[in-house]
Amino acid sequence: MRVLSKKVLVMGIILLVIAAFGAAALAAGSEEVIKVTAKRFEYNPKEITLKKGVPVVLEFTSLDRLHGFKCPGLGIRTDIEPGKAARVPVTPQKVGDFEFHCDVFCGSGHGNMVGMIHVVE
Amino acid sequence: MDRRDFLKMAGISLVVVSGLDRLGYAAEKAADKKMPGGFYFLQMSDSHWGFNNPAVNPDFAGTLNKAMALVNGLESQPDFIVFTGDLTHDTDDDQERRKRLAEFKQIVKGLKVKDIKFMPGEHDAAVDNGKAFTEVVGKTHYTFNHKGVNFIALDNVSDPRGSLGDQQLQWLAKELKKLNRDKSRIVVLCHRPLFGLYPEWEWETRDGDKAIDLLMPYKNVTVFYGHIHQENHHMTGHIAHHAAHGLMYPLPAPGSKPRLAPLPWDPAQPYRDLGFRSIEAKAAPADYVITEYPIQKS
Repeated sequence: MRVLSKKVLVMGIILLVIAAFGAAALAAGSEEVIKVTAKRFEYNPKEITLKKGVPVVLEFTSLDRLHGFKCPGLGIRTDIEPGKAARVPVTPQKVGDFEFHCDVFCGSGHGNMVGMIHVVE
Repeated sequence: MDRRDFLKMAGISLVVVSGLDRLGYAAEKAADKKMPGGFYFLQMSDSHWGFNNPAVNPDFAGTLNKAMALVNGLESQPDFIVFTGDLTHDTDDDQERRKRLAEFKQIVKGLKVKDIKFMPGEHDAAVDNGKAFTEVVGKTHYTFNHKGVNFIALDNVSDPRGSLGDQQLQWLAKELKKLNRDKSRIVVLCHRPLFGLYPEWEWETRDGDKAIDLLMPYKNVTVFYGHIHQENHHMTGHIAHHAAHGLMYPLPAPGSKPRLAPLPWDPAQPYRDLGFRSIEAKAAPADYVITEYPIQKS
């Protein structure tokens, strides 16, 4: 009887762990992925609209060389290396317009490589 | 023309005496002080050769020459001159980049002082990881000693992220081990600020804190840098960091504008906020006297 209880307990724990991982995986998979490309000297799209409190993943791909993405207002940044998707999870907590820019010097138009994230209710 | 006349022509200058408890401003007099056992050198920065927007600087082709004429007019010539980066303005064309660097080198041969140290800025070196700069100008980081002062030129621009990188940090650690923590006088030269002056505008070195950590045990360290095209003085612990004016266009104060862009030319005040500086290294007590030289219409 004792042995049986232990087995039930262990199986229960295993099931709980599986359920927890499953829920997490489901949650991660349910996040919207917004794909953004970067090339000298522009992002596409360069305007992104997000909802306050709704988690998303920004997925960046470079079409030419190393770039950066920095959005000081939302406190997020990443390097964008060619041939490698850079994923940035974000859950905006405030409404507003937040400029982002390339923060890896990429050439003559580097200073104009900017975009905007609009966070709405 | 002696240095006093030079200063008079250049206009009112600021003298900044470095040191944690003595950072302050005085009149131009210190520039004329005798320096038994000491020496002085010039810091010139951000000449952006190849920049050609007349709305920002209608004398884009002549400002560097104007500065050189002022330097050559000094009766007492500096021991050497350092150019702390952005010798040239950026271009996406590799051949044009080499051409601009070569032109710049040729132009500054017109300086009376022949001992000139060059450092790259991101406009010279970030696009090709310092390849053209190394080919045309020389090493991007190195050390030299002048009359007992240990100079360390760092490259925080060839990596377009604005990092020194682990390899250079290891090199720095090795160089510092040769020096005495209490007695050695160290001057660090670089383009970007080593500290986070205003990271939103890339006025930082991403791993600059690691370099500062390496320098911190040394009692006498001063950093001179460019990049921000304006005078700025900052302390990290006992280490003083001094930013220099540029020689092509001024930039706004950190965070004072929504976006970083050159300040437009002011016809009422031509060459406003453009200039260079002298640094007098005193023998004892170890100290540096900095004099700013604005370029004004003469």
